[in-house]
Amino acid sequence: MSIEVVVTGLGATTPLGGDVASTWNAMLAGRSGVSALTPEWAAQLPVRIAGQLAVEPTIDRVQARRMDRSEQVAVVAAREAWADSGLADAGLDPERLGVVVGSGIGGATTLLAQDDVLEASGPRRVSPHTIPMLMPNGPAAWIGLELKAKAGVHAPTSACATGAESIAWALDMIRSGRADVVVAGGTESVIHPLPMAAFASMRAMSTRNDEPEKASRPFDKGRDGFVLGEGSGVIVLERADRARARGAKVYARLAGAGMTSDGFDIVQPDPEGWGATRAIAMALADAGIAKSDVVHVNAHATSTPVGDVAEIIALHKALGDHPVVTSTKSMTGHLLGAAGAIESIATILAIHHGVVPPTINLDDPDDKVDLDVAAHKARPMEIPAALNNSFGFGGHNAALVFARA
Amino acid sequence: MTRDEIVAGLAEILEEVAGVNPDDVTEEKSFTEDLDVDSLSMVEVVVAAEEKFGVKIPDDEVQNLKTVGDAVSYISKAQA
Repeated sequence: MSIEVVVTGLGATTPLGGDVASTWNAMLAGRSGVSALTPEWAAQLPVRIAGQLAVEPTIDRVQARRMDRSEQVAVVAAREAWADSGLADAGLDPERLGVVVGSGIGGATTLLAQDDVLEASGPRRVSPHTIPMLMPNGPAAWIGLELKAKAGVHAPTSACATGAESIAWALDMIRSGRADVVVAGGTESVIHPLPMAAFASMRAMSTRNDEPEKASRPFDKGRDGFVLGEGSGVIVLERADRARARGAKVYARLAGAGMTSDGFDIVQPDPEGWGATRAIAMALADAGIAKSDVVHVNAHATSTPVGDVAEIIALHKALGDHPVVTSTKSMTGHLLGAAGAIESIATILAIHHGVVPPTINLDDPDDKVDLDVAAHKARPMEIPAALNNSFGFGGHNAALVFARA
Repeated sequence: MTRDEIVAGLAEILEEVAGVNPDDVTEEKSFTEDLDVDSLSMVEVVVAAEEKFGVKIPDDEVQNLKTVGDAVSYISKAQA
């Protein structure tokens, strides 16, 4: 019998709110966090909309000079999750505390800004903080430093599956006995002309510049690509026996995880969704939970023409036709490496509060979308167990099964 | 520039780079031990000081600049 793992803390900063409560309330209200980009650089881009942070990160000025924005938001989310867990005063041995927080792209904005410095002022002016700011393990390392975590600090990276994979690796870390508590999640902040131009060149992003709030529309016939978002989500995972012994508030159980790879294409998802299907089946088997109990899915669905339909096909194969599906990306936009973590939080709270957050902008569902999607309005329902999917460029598939504790 | 003017200029840099209270910046203070400036921040301080005071401070000179007064003396001499 493997070690049971529960969720005892949540933290987030997103385009919908500066913390979990405001983000969750905005989701239930069906609000969009997408808006027009007003900086001058945006004017020349084909895509001029994004899910920008609702609240600027609150990091001490001097510390902030040494941290990439993706690191700052990760630390903000981790502080909230840690405070929420009540572990600060619980006598946890730092050697039993781990961190697994990844990023899809890392400190790209720091790299680009320092390249500008190099070009304009020469090598001696390049900041000595550049490397720790741009290294992809930087966010995890800053969190580990702040919490004095000594069981290991890790930063898996698998593009848009990063947040979910980080949580899956954290589960593994506790089950294997390497830690009792792991702070896990994902972070991303690359709203900058270069990454935006690059995604736009791939024709992966929505160009609905005149209607920012309607641009992210998963499963809708009118969808034309994803909307880039920024922020971070972090959860605290803890051995269930330890959490119960200290009388901790428990949101849900992380029952199981599945990770597979497509072996199909560097960026296109397998149109038949086989890799995703296997990841979901693996997560269910790992959780020991029947398909019929998984009544809700927080889908990866990014609002791209191919991906959304491939996921529906995978859900049919792996679960059947009963789950109530939603894509909270319709409201947050796509937070890349943070997506799986923010959506895990939405899945956990859906179970905890018994309500599925809506998929906004689903006015005219794609003919191939033949599952029940919670369009427009939040849907109250009993949720014994729920699935969160994340897929990433590179053919990464991660599925997490959360269940009532 | 007088020594006091150089101290004041260094205090501005130290506040910006490392959050040091300008009132704490006096000639006898050690950068690392008294003002808590770590090695990466010291690099920033040196580069900013070069620009502010129009001098060159070679890397092998930096290790000799233990206190604010050491830096003031070096900058003062280099400016002359």
